[in-house]
Amino acid sequence: MDGISIEVNAGETFGFLGPNGAGKSTSIKMLCTLASPSSGSAKVAGYDVVNQRNMVRRSIGLVFQDPTLDSYLTAEQNLKFHADLYGMKRSLVSERIQEVLEMVQLWDRKDSKVNTFSGGMRRRLEIARGLMHSPRVLFLDEPTVGLDPQTRSSIWKYITGLHENEDITIFMTTHYMDEAEYCSRIAIVDKGKIVALGTPDELKAGVGKDRVTIEVDNIESAQRVIGKRFSLESSVSEGMLVVSVEGGASFVPRLFSEVDLSIKSVSVARPSLDDVFLSYTGTTIREAENQAPPDMMRTMMAAQARR
Amino acid sequence: MNSKTVVSDSHEAPDDKDCQQDGLVRPVIYVPPASTLATSSRAVGIVMRRELIRFRADKIRIVTTLLQPMLYIFVIGTGLTSLTSNGSLVNLRTFIYPGALGMSVMFTAVFSAGSIVWDREFGFMREMLVAPISRTSIVVGKGLGGTVVASFQAIIVLSVAGMAGVPYSPALMIELLGEAALLAFTLTSFGILASVRVKTMQGFMGLTQMLIMPLFFTAGAMFPLSRLPAWLTVVTRVNPLAYAIDPIRRAVFSYLALPQKVREMYAPGITWDGWKVPTIGELLIVLLIGIALLGVAISQFRNIE
Repeated sequence: MDGISIEVNAGETFGFLGPNGAGKSTSIKMLCTLASPSSGSAKVAGYDVVNQRNMVRRSIGLVFQDPTLDSYLTAEQNLKFHADLYGMKRSLVSERIQEVLEMVQLWDRKDSKVNTFSGGMRRRLEIARGLMHSPRVLFLDEPTVGLDPQTRSSIWKYITGLHENEDITIFMTTHYMDEAEYCSRIAIVDKGKIVALGTPDELKAGVGKDRVTIEVDNIESAQRVIGKRFSLESSVSEGMLVVSVEGGASFVPRLFSEVDLSIKSVSVARPSLDDVFLSYTGTTIREAENQAPPDMMRTMMAAQARR
Repeated sequence: MNSKTVVSDSHEAPDDKDCQQDGLVRPVIYVPPASTLATSSRAVGIVMRRELIRFRADKIRIVTTLLQPMLYIFVIGTGLTSLTSNGSLVNLRTFIYPGALGMSVMFTAVFSAGSIVWDREFGFMREMLVAPISRTSIVVGKGLGGTVVASFQAIIVLSVAGMAGVPYSPALMIELLGEAALLAFTLTSFGILASVRVKTMQGFMGLTQMLIMPLFFTAGAMFPLSRLPAWLTVVTRVNPLAYAIDPIRRAVFSYLALPQKVREMYAPGITWDGWKVPTIGELLIVLLIGIALLGVAISQFRNIE
């Protein structure tokens, strides 16, 4: 990370967004006292991450990218272990275990060993464990990575519901653009630098242009015709012609009346965070990661569905 | 890296917007503000208890670690009996028993310490590292956990003592258990030191196998420590394990009705240039080595993790 300076407000869900390898996990590690910053300083819940490590550790809850549960223990044993590590008042432990397990709907599985749990259940249990000691700041490092779409949306239901039950600040990282929409503010990171910071709506408004995706028989000639007639740059993405234009909805009638193309379908999308990422970094998050994660198609569809 | 990040927090502010909403639970700080001896010992306790829970859950491990000493006592012990003169007063199974007990404890203790490598590999170590407890608590908890687990293993091996001709005298059993527990502590400390440095389970298994077998064979587990060639005498005297096996054998033989001369032959004790090291001295050596190993392990762990 290089020269990052951010402030996260209490009660906020703050998203750290960027491709894999952008330095998100490194930042989380530094904030959670697992790594020391080589220079600069950071405070979590008012405590310095280098000089007041124990106070920081006491104030935070963590859900890691890789599972950190003991799969030989039951769900309840994992939470009890956590309570003892954090020195929680004994009389409160069993009540709190029930509270957090009910929150993630695992109370009926409390006596099952974790190695019988599915990936989504494990992640939910980790979220429950992260909340056990009532942390003031909850760090979520890629909380939904590697989970199927259904589980991802249920995890998000729990995370967004947290503010209703807990007075908590959430700091999370993700490389799923559609998930960043859930955050109250996001910072887009690329190559160790913050390239944009704001609410999802602010960032999208900054891009301004709509995205018009056109499915057409002869892409090359269509590209030429559109360039000539409307003086618009267009690009080809996954067999479709993509045009960025202000007022996308009024561009479509002109497209049909002013040029003669055999258009099969047209869709107009309000700028998505994908476009935001593209406009700030000059590359899509997919290209930035070199390889497309399997569920990128879903991200793509979700981005188009939002208008 | 040059970064400045502030995750601020203003729960103290009475007009915090979120807190005014109905039905919102105010934060309850369950965690005490400073770490005390009580919280540290509680952390040590839970790290230790986790080793016990896992040991209990791992039934196969209990059986396999029992199988090994049984092979030594009943197969090798019985098999080699035909070599000894038929007039021998001492059953070879009885002679091998202390070594087999020690071996069982050694393996259990070292592999229990290997759970540090395991935890690191499967991510659980991070759960402990971000908790507001000292690194020392983690290591001490692991050390005690391995000691207790290996002592349980010793109890299992002690339960078959009669079949090897060792009398079930309560005093002898307690003495043997105490000596086994001490051996367990030192071996766990050794295992922890190894697991702090070695990062993969394969590496850990390889390293400990490579070290344990030679240590075991030169500890006098399978032969008396007297009348050895000079080189082997030196090797056995510098092997710390010899000082743990010898008291066990001395204890077993002191409970057998044997002529003094026979007892001297089978359990001669460890001599330094003719001076016989007393049992208490031997146990002290084992204890000090264990403490030293654990101390080094703690300082290494604090530096690395």
